[in-house]
Amino acid sequence: MRIQDQLLFNVRSLSRQRFRTLMQLIAMAIGVFSVVLLTGLGEGGRQFVVAEFSVLGNDILIVLPGRKETTGGMPPLTGGTRDITLQDAQALSRLRNVDGIAPLVVGKAEISYAGRNRESLIIGATPDFLTMRHLELQQGQGLPDIAIDQARPVCIIGSELKRELFAAKSALGQWLKLAGSRCRVVGILANSGTGLGFDMNNALIIPVASSMQLFDTQGLFRLMIDVHSLAGMKNLTQEVERVMQERHDGELDITVITPASLLSAFDDILAVITLAISAIGGISLFVAGVLIMNMTLISVSQRTAEIGLLKALGASSKQVRILFVSEALLLCLVGSILGIISAEILLGLARQQFNDLQFIAPWWASVFALFVSLTCGLIFSWLPAKRAANLPPVDALR
Amino acid sequence: MIQVNKANKTFQLGDQPVHALNNIQLKIEAGEYLSIMGPSGSGKSTLLNMLGLLDVPDNGEYWLRGNNTTNLDTVPMDEEERARYRRDHIGFVFQSYHLIPRLTAAENIELPLVLAGIPPKERKARLDPIIKRLGLEQRAGHLPNQLSGGQRQRVAIGRAIIMRPKLLLADEPTGNLDSHSGAEVVELLEELNVDGITLIVVTHDSDLGARAKRKIRMVDGEIVLDKVNSVESE
Repeated sequence: MRIQDQLLFNVRSLSRQRFRTLMQLIAMAIGVFSVVLLTGLGEGGRQFVVAEFSVLGNDILIVLPGRKETTGGMPPLTGGTRDITLQDAQALSRLRNVDGIAPLVVGKAEISYAGRNRESLIIGATPDFLTMRHLELQQGQGLPDIAIDQARPVCIIGSELKRELFAAKSALGQWLKLAGSRCRVVGILANSGTGLGFDMNNALIIPVASSMQLFDTQGLFRLMIDVHSLAGMKNLTQEVERVMQERHDGELDITVITPASLLSAFDDILAVITLAISAIGGISLFVAGVLIMNMTLISVSQRTAEIGLLKALGASSKQVRILFVSEALLLCLVGSILGIISAEILLGLARQQFNDLQFIAPWWASVFALFVSLTCGLIFSWLPAKRAANLPPVDALR
Repeated sequence: MIQVNKANKTFQLGDQPVHALNNIQLKIEAGEYLSIMGPSGSGKSTLLNMLGLLDVPDNGEYWLRGNNTTNLDTVPMDEEERARYRRDHIGFVFQSYHLIPRLTAAENIELPLVLAGIPPKERKARLDPIIKRLGLEQRAGHLPNQLSGGQRQRVAIGRAIIMRPKLLLADEPTGNLDSHSGAEVVELLEELNVDGITLIVVTHDSDLGARAKRKIRMVDGEIVLDKVNSVESE
């Protein structure tokens, strides 16, 4: 039998039994669709978290007050036995391999300008913070380059905050009321989105010493250290711990983390989530496979008489098997492609809807789904077709 | 053309063995017109299926000569060889037509050529005269369920002869037809016989059976009568 005729035979068989074909196509398409869609959604979520972390860059150490004995868990964000002070920060900044240091104090306070009030995120920092976080200014200048323990009534505001307080008016040089004190706007941040939970567009940045006065605290929320070379990262971590232990009377009560380690912990979790999502997709694919199996089994047994006829007309068993298997494979192929296309369309719509979420199905999901669907189609059409083809034609005809 | 020596076949029906073919001895020359008659369960269909290589006897010999000159003992053949032999040398007409419902009349007739891998141009050259001969020009593009019983059986006959077989086997070809279209189908089969094809018809219908030049009667798997009608021959 010529290959063109065989395909034509398959196409006629599929196109002239529309209802059966449609049902099988839907079954197969849904299976593949769910695998691609679910992995795409999972991957989008994972990429989002990865992007959040990469805002920091990997050449940064974060020092937190308090110690958690087990590693791999979430670092302690609050509490701690002893504060990290500005003096500690100054001591650490003198270590080798340190490019810059950003002691951070974070809090919330009410700011007001010309009768408009806003509760806003206040970040006390140093000029190095802007560099480390890759924050760009759209107007004005950064924090003044002053001694770390010196306060000054200046601030930088996020773009959203600027819009809400000043609308289209110029903000540079204006004085804001900040809790009990005042500060002058010297810079406005460019739109930068969120990173590690800080919404920088709504934040107000002031010198770290000013923020300590504002919140009346001696302890830092955290300390970011810009590392000169990645190679020295491990050494520096030990150095930091040693210096802090010395300064805190021999007690190691700080935690040093790297964004990379944080990220890898999250990455593992997200990989498990992605895997779980793929497994759900795989199960739906399996269900679709069983559906295909049943429909192929039924359709082949319904067509036993046809198989008997084909054999009476001189088709070999092999020819009969090929006809039925290729029909099932054609069906699975078309169904899978429909499933992949519709999943991609949906993911595309989701990307349009949520700009910062990159919902992209990994290529292996589509390949895997296609492979499983074709394998299901192959096995479950091969077996009944083989059985029917091996029947004596006189039995098949009855 | 056909020679059967001491062919036997037994079915197990419940715990009762049924001797469907009992020591069959038969010789058929090319171009003969033969009818096989007998009560239900007498083994006439089994004989026809064996002659058509759809079934094999348990023992005995079955020699068949197709379009070539060598005689072949078909009993030791395997199923694939028999399939090829059926394709090239034997045509079947069934009581219930056995047309493929999703294929048009023309596509059903063409099917054996497609299975044999014959290129479309040659297929068309063979198909057109047959459709014309069957009087199906207006119906060639119709599906079987849009055709009458007589038309369906004509399509089935077209399919049976498109490979130009030497042997045409018909199992109750008029069983599902009214007398008028039945008569048309019989005429068509007899015309083909006149053209040289060996025609074997299994039937219940004594009128149809009586038309054959040679009549075989079977009872309980045995040939009890084998009579040649020489009266009407020209």
